Order: sequence, then structure tokens, then C-alpha cells
Amino acid sequence: MSALLEVRDLTVRLRVGGTDREVITGTTLEIGEGEAMGLVGESGSGKSMTAKAIARLLPAGARVEGSVRFAGTDVLGLSGADLRRHRAKVAVVFQDPRAHINPVRRIEDFMTESLRTLEDVPRAQARTRAADALEEVGIDDPARRLRQFPHELSGGMLQRVMIATALLSQPLLLLADECTTALDVTTQAEVMAILDDLRRDRGLSMLFITHDLELAGAVCDRTSVMYAGQVVETSAAHRLHADPLHPYSAALVQARPDVTSTAERLVAIPGRPVSAFEAPAGCRFAPRCPHVLDGCRGHEQTLVDLDAGRVRCERAAALRGRLLDPTESPTESEETADA
Amino acid sequence: MPDTDGPVLSVSGLRKVFGTQVAVDDMTFELAPGRSLAIVGESGSGKTTVARMVVGLERPTAGTIVACGRDRSRPARNARERTLRGREVQIVFQDPYSSLDPRQSGTAAVDEVLRVHHDHDAATRRRIVGELADLVGLDQRQMDALPRALSGGQRQRVAIARALATEPKVLILDESVAALDVSIQAQVLNVLADIRDERGISYVLISHDLAVVRQLTEDVLVMQRGVVVERGRTADVLDAPQHAYTRMLRASVPGPGWKPTRTLRRPA
Repeated sequence: MSALLEVRDLTVRLRVGGTDREVITGTTLEIGEGEAMGLVGESGSGKSMTAKAIARLLPAGARVEGSVRFAGTDVLGLSGADLRRHRAKVAVVFQDPRAHINPVRRIEDFMTESLRTLEDVPRAQARTRAADALEEVGIDDPARRLRQFPHELSGGMLQRVMIATALLSQPLLLLADECTTALDVTTQAEVMAILDDLRRDRGLSMLFITHDLELAGAVCDRTSVMYAGQVVETSAAHRLHADPLHPYSAALVQARPDVTSTAERLVAIPGRPVSAFEAPAGCRFAPRCPHVLDGCRGHEQTLVDLDAGRVRCERAAALRGRLLDPTESPTESEETADA
Repeated sequence: MPDTDGPVLSVSGLRKVFGTQVAVDDMTFELAPGRSLAIVGESGSGKTTVARMVVGLERPTAGTIVACGRDRSRPARNARERTLRGREVQIVFQDPYSSLDPRQSGTAAVDEVLRVHHDHDAATRRRIVGELADLVGLDQRQMDALPRALSGGQRQRVAIARALATEPKVLILDESVAALDVSIQAQVLNVLADIRDERGISYVLISHDLAVVRQLTEDVLVMQRGVVVERGRTADVLDAPQHAYTRMLRASVPGPGWKPTRTLRRPA
């Protein structure tokens, strides 16, 4: 599997009220052709910013270092027509479809705009392609739906419209940013199934951003976990759940309640998730980590290969296989956090 | 005084109609002191409308709601009765960003509720604010901060502390942990379990998240289009769902070995 997307040491700073705030620090990840990569993390971890950097949708004034290569081109250097072509090949589906569709335009106008302006497809032909795309995502009577306005469609249906629209430009990579989070569980299952089918049929690569480890595990080949602007672990998606490499990944797995059993007490992670700009020196997870040693705080952790995955924790090798063991006592008290 | 052995909340034949839409139809349930009941279902199932009627934000079209032995299906006749109702049943909403006054600290918010509902002197109120802060796991500095200086999880704890200040017998949690990060959600769920153990309070948890429901509640009602389609012990219903709708909900929860399937529902 050759890499379609290569992100190397990506650092992003945003200008907020006169000061630069770092939101991503040295993110590195690759996605192969036809591969689905999950990107998991809590608020402020930088997962959405990573997607925005890849699609070149960062807010004005953002300062970017590192490199993003997509299908052999340097994405960060693109402008004008080249940039528009890049955005057609990298489609994005966001969490809230209503925030990303013009409420006073019909579904047809929204779906065919880029076909007609970028590819000069005639109106009738664009309409046929849009109708076909709606059928592919399981929407009946597409001719009627194309004439409707966004407010006439349910959230689940509108999200399927967004997916159909994203696929119209025949992208190579789909960036799905919490695209099922706002949906009911049964609708989420339906939308995920549709996305999975279409992706496999077309050999499309996907970066699937979510806070839900189990959902990522079900639809992705590999998963990266982000914390405070850094990737802390990349592993096979099915393995991340059963055999995590990083203490934070393990803590996320354990903190989540389980629908099949009631825990005596949830294993909460003390403190709160932090963003890159407020992260402490040394290991960024150290203040919340049950396995922290004094040495962890001394220097930045680097991403190293371990057991067919990658992990940013100098204790990872020593902790191998013990992170989910309930009898394993942490090295220090859990009360090391500040909150 | 209300009967302390009977149900703390008793809902019978509850119905709510908006225009021609029946939002809730013939809903009946009882909640014993110290028990936790979940109401699950998807958007539009009517679960939030039930919560809003119980707390008094919507007026039922038909049926009765009795909390702590007092009927609350009709609007309160006077301010005293309204205050009394507020004391018995409290609610914590989903969004901690919109449910707090941005100009009021946690301490001031809790203190205001204490002044309205109880006849305590300033020193006693200070003590109670401190106790509630301990209970929800906030320190003095966090309680004195304005909401904008707090994280989502900390704000939700302020909202819980404020709701507990009336010493309610019933606390309604309307998707109260849904918007929280996984690590914070676990902290708040543990806090809620501690509070129930310490205060013997009853919870009504409105949620679409079956894992959260499993963790916090003993009994569950499953609603579909305004009607209760299944009820029982939470563990039983989630392990062996009987109704087709409950089975579909349960099958939609991702877990080890789960794959999304298109056969769950025909495309609408």
C-alpha cells in the first residue's frame, strides 16, 4: 500500500487575540490508497485542525510548518486553480450538515455547484449525476429531493446528501469529521454502512475523525490517537481497543462505559484534556497519567515504532500488555492531576 | 408530609399533543426513592417532552404527574406552590454553555438557589455551598470563577451543584453527560453515582447513549414515536431486548466485532 497522503511534522499555530496559539505539534501520519484511518481524541486534541490543514481550510492567519504531501504534490504550497483541484480530490464531510449548506438554495443547486463551475458540466447532466449519487446513498425519489430545500430533510438524510455531494467530484480521499456524531444511533449505523460500502467500491481513502474509539475500530484499518496536538499512538484499529500501546489510549478505552456490563466504578482520567498551547513541558499526558515517572516530565516524548504500531511514550515497551490489566497498580498515586 | 415509602414520582396516562402531533401518549411509570430510571429513544421519540412535563416546563394534555405526593399536572396556583415544586424536582440540561448565567459564578448561582428555597443565614449558606462543591468535585477557585473560565465538564458540575441546592428528591438528567469528553463524562458519571449513594436521590436519565444508561440506571423505558414500547430492568432489556425497536437500537451500538449494516432500516 503506497501512501496517498503523507503528513510530516505538521505544526499549526493560530492567531488568537494577538498571540500565536499552537494547536498541532509535529503531527505525523500516512494514509495508503484505499485505507481508512481513524483519528481519535478529545476536545482540543487537534484532530479537526489536522483535517483542515490537509484540506487547506485553516482559518486566515494560521501559521503552518512541516509538510503535507497528497498524491505526490506539496499541498501547503498550492494556490489558485491547483488548490481548487486539490479540494475536489479531498472531500470533507463535517459534523453538522446544516451549518455547511446554504439554507435558501435547493439541494440540486448545492450538489451541482462544483460540477458546473469547476468541470463545466451542463446543467441537465449535472442533475442526472446528482440524482444517481443520491440513489447510491439510499435516498428514494431523488428527483423530488433535488427540488427540496435543506429544512425539508431530516438530519440523517441531509448528512447522506453531504456524502453524496462529496463523492460527486470523484475524490481520492474523504475527510469525515465527526460526520455521524449528531445523528441518532440507528441513523449513524446506516450512514456508516453507506460510507463503508461506497468507500470500498471506489477504493477511496478516508480519514475518519471521531471521539468514539469503538466506532473507529469498526470502520477503520488503523487508528491514530491524538492528545494535546500530538499523535500519541497509531495502531491497527481492531487492536487499539484490546491492546493499546499508550497509557492515554488505554485510559480512553477504560473511561468509556460499556453497554454489556455495569462497572462498579468507571476508571476516570483525572484532570481535563488540554490543547497544545496549554500543554506542560515533557510528556503532555504526564499530569493525568497513572503510569508517570519523574523522567517522563523531563523531555519531549518522540514517536517510536513498537509492535507494528507507533507510540509516543518512553515507558511503552516496559508497560507492554499491562495497560488494561485491572490488577496492575499504577506507579504513582492518581492524584497527580491539577483538577 | 408526603409518604416516604411510596414512589417519589408517579406518572399516569400522560399525554402531550402539539397541534396534530401526539408527542407523548399514555405514558405511565413510577420511580421509587433512590432508584434511577432511564428513558431512551431517538430524536422525536418524546423522551425530552416527558422530562419537560415532569419538571413543569410543558403542560400535559392529559394524565397526572405526582411528585412527593403532590399533583403537578396543573399549573401552580401561586408563587409558593411553584417554589415548592421547584424544590422537589430539579433538572440538569445537556448544554452547560447555555444553562448557566455567564455573569454569575458557581458560588453565586448556588447561593441564589439557597436563598430562594431555604431560610439559612449567610454562614450556613457558605457551608452548604462548600459541601455541594465537594460533592461535585469543584474547588473554591473553580466555584468562584465565571462560567467562561470553566471547561464543559466543570460547568456541568456547577449545574449539578445548583440543581442539588434545593435538596430535590428527583433529579432529571436530560442528556446531561452527552456533550462531555469521554474522560470528563466518566468523572461526572462517578460523581452522580456518589451523590445517589450519599443523598438517596432518584434520577430520571433521558439519554440516547445505551452505555451511559447501563452504567447509571436500574430500570429503563424505551420510547418510540411517543409510546413506551418496552420496559424493564436495564440489564435485562439491554442484554435481551424483546421489542424490535429496542433490538434495533441495541444492534446500532458499536462494539468489538460490530459492523454497520444497511439492512437495519430501509432508506427513508
